[in-house]
Amino acid sequence: MRNVTLSVKGLKKRIGKREIIKGIDFELNEGEVFGFLGPNGAGKTTTIRMLVGLIKPTSGSIQICGYDVRQDFTKAMQHLGCIVENPELYPFLNGWDNLLHFARMLPDVDESRINEVVELVGLQSRIYDKVKTYSLGMRQRLGIAQAMLNRPKVLVLDEPTNGLDPAGIREMREFIRKLADEEGMSVLVSSHLLSEIQLLCDRVAIIKSGEIIQTDTVESLLTTQERLIWRVWPLEKGKEILSSFTEITVDQDNIITAFNEHETPKWNAALNEAGVKVYEMNRKLPGLEELFLQITGGGGAGIE
Amino acid sequence: MNNLIQNEMMKLLAKKRLVIIGIIVGVLVLMFTYAQYKQVKEQQEKLGTDDWRAALQQQIIDTQNRLGSNRMLDEWREQLQVSLKQQQYYLDHDINPSEPGATTFTRMFLENAIDLFIPLLVMIVASDMVSFENSQGTIKLLLTRPVNRWKILMSKYVTLLLSVSIIVAMTALLSYFLSGLVFGYHGWEAPVITGFGLNGSDVDVSQVRIVEQWRFLLMDMGLVWLVAVVVGTLSFMLSVLVRSTPAGMGIMLAALISGAILNNMVSSWESAKYFFMVNLKLTTYVSGTAPPIEGMTLLSSVITLLVWWALALIVSFTVFTRRDVY
Ligand SMILES: Nc1ncnc2c1ncn2[C@@H]1O[C@H](COP(=O)(O)OP(=O)(O)OP(=O)(O)O)[C@@H](O)[C@H]1O
Ligand SMILES: [Mg+2]
Repeated sequence: MRNVTLSVKGLKKRIGKREIIKGIDFELNEGEVFGFLGPNGAGKTTTIRMLVGLIKPTSGSIQICGYDVRQDFTKAMQHLGCIVENPELYPFLNGWDNLLHFARMLPDVDESRINEVVELVGLQSRIYDKVKTYSLGMRQRLGIAQAMLNRPKVLVLDEPTNGLDPAGIREMREFIRKLADEEGMSVLVSSHLLSEIQLLCDRVAIIKSGEIIQTDTVESLLTTQERLIWRVWPLEKGKEILSSFTEITVDQDNIITAFNEHETPKWNAALNEAGVKVYEMNRKLPGLEELFLQITGGGGAGIE
Repeated sequence: MNNLIQNEMMKLLAKKRLVIIGIIVGVLVLMFTYAQYKQVKEQQEKLGTDDWRAALQQQIIDTQNRLGSNRMLDEWREQLQVSLKQQQYYLDHDINPSEPGATTFTRMFLENAIDLFIPLLVMIVASDMVSFENSQGTIKLLLTRPVNRWKILMSKYVTLLLSVSIIVAMTALLSYFLSGLVFGYHGWEAPVITGFGLNGSDVDVSQVRIVEQWRFLLMDMGLVWLVAVVVGTLSFMLSVLVRSTPAGMGIMLAALISGAILNNMVSSWESAKYFFMVNLKLTTYVSGTAPPIEGMTLLSSVITLLVWWALALIVSFTVFTRRDVY
């Protein structure tokens, strides 16, 4: 079992009369990328703000590397790097001064470390320019550099690919994977870009209306939702037979059933016996996207 | 803590606020120097002499004439009587009350700047000290570093105190050096009368004594600094409470201007003396003009200001360390 770097227990937040976060529990392991997936207004940003100590939970506890965020704030924060929503830096300072500013707030971070992180994100050529002249992608990089200054154990990124072009998104993804695989960092990434999470994360929590609906590895989440697509002739007879075994949906000329390793051969045999021709049997993993829409009840984002 | 203050200074300098303030002060000082120069010239022409005694005599006659008119409010009459007696005293003791020179100009400039101009300058720095981090969103980074919130606010407050001191010093130095170009750099030793007290409508001369102008100037600067710190702390509090800088500035500006207006009309509304903005003209107690409300003294004004100062600090720190940041 790998070390737990971030643990959240029974986290709740009430703003005014509304309960925005209704009890969230999860843990992050060392070297793992954890996805936080939910529609708009689900409470991702609110949860992240509590993790980094910006807002006080109504109840529940958050521990970073064993230090409670409320009781041992400074110790907990020494192991944390974060970008909450957009990477906001001082536009009237240059990149290097921005890093210097935040380095001064950390114990034992000197100029050589600043140079290191600048190299890490590849900003050497523009680091002495004012941040207001940076493009969004460059700001994002500077934000990451800033978050890396203290060699954090836990990196929290709220929508890190927001506003990046496809190449930038891919680069960011590789960068995050590298941090987790090579430096053993735990990375929490929130997003509503499902394809991103699917490609990037080891585990995913799906959150809706302030509750985690499901937490699992990406694969097992997907396999429970595996589908089998049948192309048969005659269609009507095939439908009749298959529906006697299981629930079916019909999509144009195809019949879709759940995939079940033990049962499927029997269904097939029954079809053959009845003289239905099976042209094609196609096993299909749904995209996280479909899964997400299924789990969160499809349709619009359901902003309450 | 030193690191944090260094950070704040870095941001303050990068925003170039102090440079802007320096330019504003410079321009205003030049303007007033010119106005003063014109006035001196005109007076000399009118009197046909550059003898200050004649000018003072003329002023006394003017004041007496105004006192003679009976369409005059009581409080105005009192004030005129005080300045009349002061002028008479200067004349009798052969002291030039407005010994021209850079020192005198600086003293007068500070005395006039204390209730509106200096507070405005201080506001330029203080009112976005915290709120700009909010509007820029950098507050999120600032508060997620391993530093306690009260230390972050303290470093900002110390920076504010430093800038207030710089602003007061800069105002004094600029008005001394710029006006000196015209009036000459003398007047340090010039005698100034202080200690006029007010007992009802009688001028109390028992405490009157003469001090050298440089002492007087130092005293004025101390009072200006005190006022600047109090106003700075209040704007600082607003910048913690109100997320937008313009809103905070607007509130403070409204308070200051209402103070200037109240000063002219509150003499019958006694409890107005607990407003900080009515108590800003501390230098008048030293130079001996009547206060806006009877019963106000240097001590009572200073205490009122200190109470406001302490409350503002308490509110700032309590709110800042506890608030949820969205
Ligand atoms: N300051 C606040 N006061 C009241 N309600 C708030 C506040 N901030 C957030 N909320 C509510 O909390 C809920 C969750 O918001 P949050 O910003 O956490 O969503 P999110 O999951 O980050 O969504 P998005 O994908 O749009 O960023 C929303 O319904 C929002 O209206
Ligand atoms: Mg969000």
